[in-house]
Amino acid sequence: MSLLKPTPQVCSWTQALDHSASLATYVANGGYQALRRVVTEQVSGDAIIAELKTSALRGRGGAGFPTGLKWSFMPRAFPGDKYIVCNSDEGEPGTFKDRDILRHNPHQLIEGMAIAGYVLGARVGYNYIHGEIFEIYDIFERALKEAREAGYLGDNLFGTDFCFQLHAHHGYGAYICGEETALLESIEGKKGQPRFKPPFPASFGLYGKPTTINNTETLASVPWIVQHGGQAFLELGKPNNGGPKLFSVSGHVNKPGNYEVPLGTPFAELLELAGGVRNGHKLKAVIPGGSSAPVLPAEVMMDCTMDFDCIAKAGSMLGSGAVIVMDETVCMVRALERLSYFYFEESCGQCTPCREGTGWMYRVIHRIEHGQGRPEDMELLNSVAGRIGGHTICALGDAAAMPVQSFLKHFGREFEYHIEQKRCMV
Amino acid sequence: MANPDSSLRLSAESLALIDVEVAKYPPDQKQSAVMGALRIAQTEKGWLKPDLIEYVADYLGMPAIAAYEVATFYNMYDTQSVGRHKITLCTNLPCTLMGAGELAEHLKNKLGIGFGETTEDGRFTLKEGECMGACGDAPMCLHNNHKMHTHLTPEKVDELLDKLK
Repeated sequence: MSLLKPTPQVCSWTQALDHSASLATYVANGGYQALRRVVTEQVSGDAIIAELKTSALRGRGGAGFPTGLKWSFMPRAFPGDKYIVCNSDEGEPGTFKDRDILRHNPHQLIEGMAIAGYVLGARVGYNYIHGEIFEIYDIFERALKEAREAGYLGDNLFGTDFCFQLHAHHGYGAYICGEETALLESIEGKKGQPRFKPPFPASFGLYGKPTTINNTETLASVPWIVQHGGQAFLELGKPNNGGPKLFSVSGHVNKPGNYEVPLGTPFAELLELAGGVRNGHKLKAVIPGGSSAPVLPAEVMMDCTMDFDCIAKAGSMLGSGAVIVMDETVCMVRALERLSYFYFEESCGQCTPCREGTGWMYRVIHRIEHGQGRPEDMELLNSVAGRIGGHTICALGDAAAMPVQSFLKHFGREFEYHIEQKRCMV
Repeated sequence: MANPDSSLRLSAESLALIDVEVAKYPPDQKQSAVMGALRIAQTEKGWLKPDLIEYVADYLGMPAIAAYEVATFYNMYDTQSVGRHKITLCTNLPCTLMGAGELAEHLKNKLGIGFGETTEDGRFTLKEGECMGACGDAPMCLHNNHKMHTHLTPEKVDELLDKLK
């Protein structure tokens, strides 16, 4: 792939247009045709799920789970209430792609959720939006109003018996609500504490009813796949990694921002799109998939392509596609100290290993950073991290442990230097 | 209403906004509206006194303790008094890479307070925030929870503070 070749855009194509978020813009460019077709022609849910499976669309929120497979878990014939929920609680440090979909292309998400409602037999959906982007929540509420008034949401859509209503729900400052069962608790008006799984949301979700939860970018990709076919989406990416993906590039680059490029694009090309490392500095390290993903040194990263499989093979995770770029001026001890504080602050407190362990890790890294580190601290950190990961109800424990383990693995020398010399190497 | 204190009563506008929230959920799930309702109550009254949380709980027909749990769990709710202008600065890693640390020092020096403190004249409260989901526009802060200011520099911070009376 060359940089000169136009990048096919599934989610970000409205950004360059005037009034990008408006219904008129969306409809004038073919919006809501996929929904209209499936509803009026009564396309079978099985056929749409089959297209999703062909497309190799994998969850864009971090886990990369195949969307078609997830939808097939729903008891679609179950006669009672069922729900479709969108996870726009984008609080993973480094991630800011769903915010752009909500503010520039909200109708594609609404259409995707309505199609999901049609396939999964849900008459009501909720979109849970990160509290800190309240202005974007207002934009989405306006888009919902437009869609209702134009007859794309509500009862008897397009004169059929299909009914679907969609509402926005906002968070108010809790990273943990990005975890899907904590998010459901939060919609129910409770503290956002994750639930034990099983039962999984497909059988016991919102209000105890069958529920499917997908990320914003995932659901916004659905109308494109319905319109152009699963095979076309697959071909935009690479096998097992269908489609393009939005990458949020932050940190030490000249042009931070979102870039929608095919899965499988070399990291070097993405870095170039983002303007390269700022001020001509040297690349030191990259966190390729949001703060919870293991950090990778520059030389490893430069050999990677941006897709789920390649990043996993390199020892990290593509996660939400949040690429945090760090140049040679970064002190890795200071960087890890800040990340560890984040997990300590955001642990919901439910599981002892996470509630206590995140505090221990933060305090040990804090003392190393402040010249009071002890020779045994690195072993201690690895030991605490190893006792959190895999021992908690949700993945926040693992998310807190992985940065610690990976920073020590790849940049252990800097930690040793801090402990020995009581000062920074960089 | 169980609480007779009229200073706690929310305005008709706020109650109408809460009713819009309630209507989003099934009739037997009014508690789902508590996040929106507490946000609306806080926007009107400045912060969430325990009695105000109780008032909101009563309005939604839920136990006060359940509303209190929500108000104390989510960090954008203020259960202590705050200044007229609450500035929440994100200092998470992507923002720190873009200079949030220097901005934090600038704000602390300029206002003469630390994180979690309020100026003596009650004008400003300074808070340290976690990831706001807009890292490409770093560094950033929120003004009274809902207005985001991005691409901050010390000069832009000064301009913002001057405007907030």
